Amino acid sequence: MFRFLRDHGIIERNLILMGVLTLITVSIGGLVQIVPLFTMETTIERVEGVRPYTPLELTGRDIYVREGCYTCHSQMVRPFRDEAERYGNYSLAAESMYDHPFQWGSKRTGPDLARLGGKYSDDWHAAHLRSPRAVVPESVMPPYAFLDRPLDTGSIAARMKAQQALGTPYTDEMIANAAADLEAQARPDADAAGFSGRYARARQGSFDGNAKEVTEMDALVAYLQMLGTLVQFRDVTTDQVRQQ
Amino acid sequence: MPTKVEKDSITGRMTTGHEWDGLKELNTPLPKWWLYTFYACIAFAVVWMVVYPAIPMTGARGLTGWTARGAIGPELEAERAKQEPMLAKLRAATPAEIAADPELRAYAMAGGRIAFANNCAGCHGAGGQGATGGFPSLADDDWLYGGSYESIHTTIEHGVRNGTDSDARGIAMPRFLADGLLKPAEVADVAEYVLSLNGRSTDAAAAGRGETLFAENCVSCHGEKGEGNRDMGAPRLSDQVWLYGGDKASLVQSISYSRAGVMPAWGSRLDPAVINMLTVYVHSLGGGE
Repeated sequence: MFRFLRDHGIIERNLILMGVLTLITVSIGGLVQIVPLFTMETTIERVEGVRPYTPLELTGRDIYVREGCYTCHSQMVRPFRDEAERYGNYSLAAESMYDHPFQWGSKRTGPDLARLGGKYSDDWHAAHLRSPRAVVPESVMPPYAFLDRPLDTGSIAARMKAQQALGTPYTDEMIANAAADLEAQARPDADAAGFSGRYARARQGSFDGNAKEVTEMDALVAYLQMLGTLVQFRDVTTDQVRQQ
Repeated sequence: MPTKVEKDSITGRMTTGHEWDGLKELNTPLPKWWLYTFYACIAFAVVWMVVYPAIPMTGARGLTGWTARGAIGPELEAERAKQEPMLAKLRAATPAEIAADPELRAYAMAGGRIAFANNCAGCHGAGGQGATGGFPSLADDDWLYGGSYESIHTTIEHGVRNGTDSDARGIAMPRFLADGLLKPAEVADVAEYVLSLNGRSTDAAAAGRGETLFAENCVSCHGEKGEGNRDMGAPRLSDQVWLYGGDKASLVQSISYSRAGVMPAWGSRLDPAVINMLTVYVHSLGGGE
């Protein structure tokens, strides 16, 4: 029955046949990885509260990626008891649905950051990023004091457009107001009626303690302070986070 | 391709029958133990696919119906149920009562240590030693809002200036220079007077001028002799414990632009029993009153 398997010489001597069979084999591997993505709409569970990042948070996320924070920090609380006890509710797929690319990470030299938001004060984040060992003596994290430099806000609209092209539901109004919204969030006394209307539950503040200037530190701290805070787990039961 | 399986005369092994220009290949089969382990793994994978959810997109749950999300709920509940009798007692008792009961106290100290390491150590240090830059030490008897069980409990539950809890502690100190209440020279004089409160002033004249300004601007919160006021969280200025540094430059900065440390409200994040355990633990760190 398996006699034909011994005749692989036929394939090896026939270039076209080998090419066709190689194509079939490789495409099986590709389909297994690609087809599930077509069903994303139905596989991501629905949950209240998740919104796209504000311009400042998105910029902070880009800095997070640029500095390679993901190499030492994960953003994924797995559904294990020890992780839930330490970090809080396990991560939902919906919580990273606007992450392009996602920051789940695969290595925890430092702690998981998926539920970091609100756990520490803005002052702590700024002090810790400038000099981690000033507040956590046993830390092995490198210092990021250079983030106290002016933020380049010129590219924010373009970056939001790129996110829009990837499927993040930024409206044209959000993109038109991107730079203004970014400034508004980083200045505690700025008029932010439009900003709060566009981004629910986004906090304004001088995240780095310096209200005069919008810095990269502002953006990164704003991003860290919103991680894992969008879904109100007190109001959501497991039954409500079912796949559709 | 001639396929003549024959015995190799030198090694005594069989060949595969392949021959390339006179070169023959010895047939060296995989070790039996390796091969059977390999087959066992394949069999195990098949069993696994049937028993556990393994086929994507089909919604296949497997024979056991097991899912990671389905498993964690009951697992957490089982653990809670084990802890619940103790947690209920810890919830019902006040921190002072917990500290007085040896059994509850032992449990609260063990649980408090872990909750402290997870939630508090980032700012206050692994041993509660604090850090310069507005992260108070919890291991000394210099308390901003009081070191009694009750005070510590309130601070943990509601936090400080967090904007999320209406009962949060802390008021805003005026920014004396930034808000135009004092001139730069006057700020320097007040800083010199504050230095003199613990005998570090080197300019008596400036300190003298500062004393008047201090009486006009600072005593309502920090007290006549800089002894501080716990109702307002105004730090004592007459000791050597400084949240933001006690040198003159730091003092000038504090007076000019104010300081406003923030602590999250843990009442919305932690179980009341855990807050009670933390209270007992923090109280024991060295400065409990």
